Amino acid sequence: MTSPAIHISSLTRRFGDKNAVDQLTLAVQAGEIFGFLGHNGAGKTTTIRLLNGVIEATSGQAIVLGLDPQTEGPALRARTGVLTETPSLDERLTARDNLNIYADLYNIPQMEVSERVNSLLDEFELADRADEKVGGYSKGMKQRMALARALLHKPDVLFLDEPTSGLDPVAARHVNDLVEKLARRDGCTVFLCTHNLVEAQKICDRVAVMEHGKLVAIGTPSELTRQFVKRLDVDLEVDPQKIETALQVFRDSPELVVKPPYQNKETFTLTLSGPKAIPELLSNLVKMDVPVFKLAPQEANLEEVYFAINGGQE
Amino acid sequence: MNTRAIKAIVRKDLKVALQNKGVLLPIIIVPLILFVVLPWILAYASTLANVAGTSVSDLGQLLESMPAGLLNELSKYTGEQKTIIFGLVYMLAPMFLIMPVMVSSVLAADSFAGEKERKTLEALLYTPTTDRELFTAKLLGAWTSAILVALLSFVVYAIMANAAGWQSIHAIFFPNWMWIALVVWVSPAVAGLGLVVMVFASSRAQGFQDAYQVGGLVVLPVILLMVGQVSGVMYFSLGIVLAVGLVIWLIDAALLFFASRSFRRGELMTKL
Repeated sequence: MTSPAIHISSLTRRFGDKNAVDQLTLAVQAGEIFGFLGHNGAGKTTTIRLLNGVIEATSGQAIVLGLDPQTEGPALRARTGVLTETPSLDERLTARDNLNIYADLYNIPQMEVSERVNSLLDEFELADRADEKVGGYSKGMKQRMALARALLHKPDVLFLDEPTSGLDPVAARHVNDLVEKLARRDGCTVFLCTHNLVEAQKICDRVAVMEHGKLVAIGTPSELTRQFVKRLDVDLEVDPQKIETALQVFRDSPELVVKPPYQNKETFTLTLSGPKAIPELLSNLVKMDVPVFKLAPQEANLEEVYFAINGGQE
Repeated sequence: MNTRAIKAIVRKDLKVALQNKGVLLPIIIVPLILFVVLPWILAYASTLANVAGTSVSDLGQLLESMPAGLLNELSKYTGEQKTIIFGLVYMLAPMFLIMPVMVSSVLAADSFAGEKERKTLEALLYTPTTDRELFTAKLLGAWTSAILVALLSFVVYAIMANAAGWQSIHAIFFPNWMWIALVVWVSPAVAGLGLVVMVFASSRAQGFQDAYQVGGLVVLPVILLMVGQVSGVMYFSLGIVLAVGLVIWLIDAALLFFASRSFRRGELMTKL
């Protein structure tokens, strides 16, 4: 296994009497898309700021790309890219001006600037409006433009803070496709802060869940669902003649079927107490002479993990 | 120091600021009034000043109450010439200082508080620039622009003043050494003052207008100098100008020291 691109150990940042980030410890491997989940105020943005050395840690340590953000901030920031929650673009300037200025700030060789700017404008489908002021762009275009700017210097680690927040589904998908392409094609490590759980489930290799500055869970989406989601939703189809009997079986097995079933003609969606409830429920149905045509467990998702964790906390 | 990054920030700040009417209008209108229109009004008023019974004859009387040093400097001129020289060379001298202080403070307000308001500061703080480079770039853009505008205003004023006074004086009388000292010594100092005061004002302001209103107080010392000159308490001799410049440079140095210490990335980021 390669060495971690990000290594965080007991990192804490205090604001007044509140710990915005509290004893955070985790590692992100090079080339992975790492989801950093949590509601507003969970400490996601503060973590990005700490990992880029733009605010100081109260205690603990982080090493990003082998550099200490607290003491080697400028050298580190030359190798990271950050897409902030608001696009943070100079709206009175054109897209090309925005990129040219950041090319100077990142000290990109003069010979390469024009080619790199044009290629990014092409890739992010902004070339035909490159010489218009960014203020006239749609929200999706601004977000793509901000992403292009974050990638201008070919960063080794890309931090994305709610990259699809406020975008319509088409624009959000476009941004997600670009992020996936970056990680899979270019080997860029992506640290994705989001509260969009569907998006995280779809593109992240691993995720961490934050609550009030603390790390409460970490793993692949499927590891987390196994760990936190005890209940199991299944789709069940029975003989239409035996629906009433099946309903009676569900009512008589409250320890197995934990919520009233949702019925759509002869198909039910049942919430079971867990995977172990399946054989017992099947056995009960067979005993009552109910033919089962189909039983398909639904895969649990991160949304359920998230609510299971939040439920556990509250 | 990464000079390429510094130049990029200066370029960006100026490009952005010059698209803000709140920045551009005072930079165009104030010098137009002070250094193009006012010399002609003053020159015309001076020709009437020595005519008894006219409403501007007070200008002649005002001249009589001026310090002996000034009267001595004007002694080689005739009555009407004296009032013209007094008006165009001495009375307008403190007013000239409004230019650098105004330009630097309006640009600094747009650069510091305006950037916060437009939410563009965060991305800038994530770049590899150091705190020192950022601070230098932010100051340099506003400061050099203020000096350039002041120089340009001075050149325009030199032409206008000589043209307006030509009919009475028939010679190039402007600038004298006091004005040259004012432009090269005091003007950069007051530009620096406007700048650092605006850095402090911007750190607490939410936006350009807020910062500009608070930081605008920096023109007060310039107004005091104007009052001092008009009331005859003092006059802008070469010695006074050099001394005023020195005091302002010292104030600049002290304020700059504190401003640079308080300009920390982390502080700026947590206030966003």
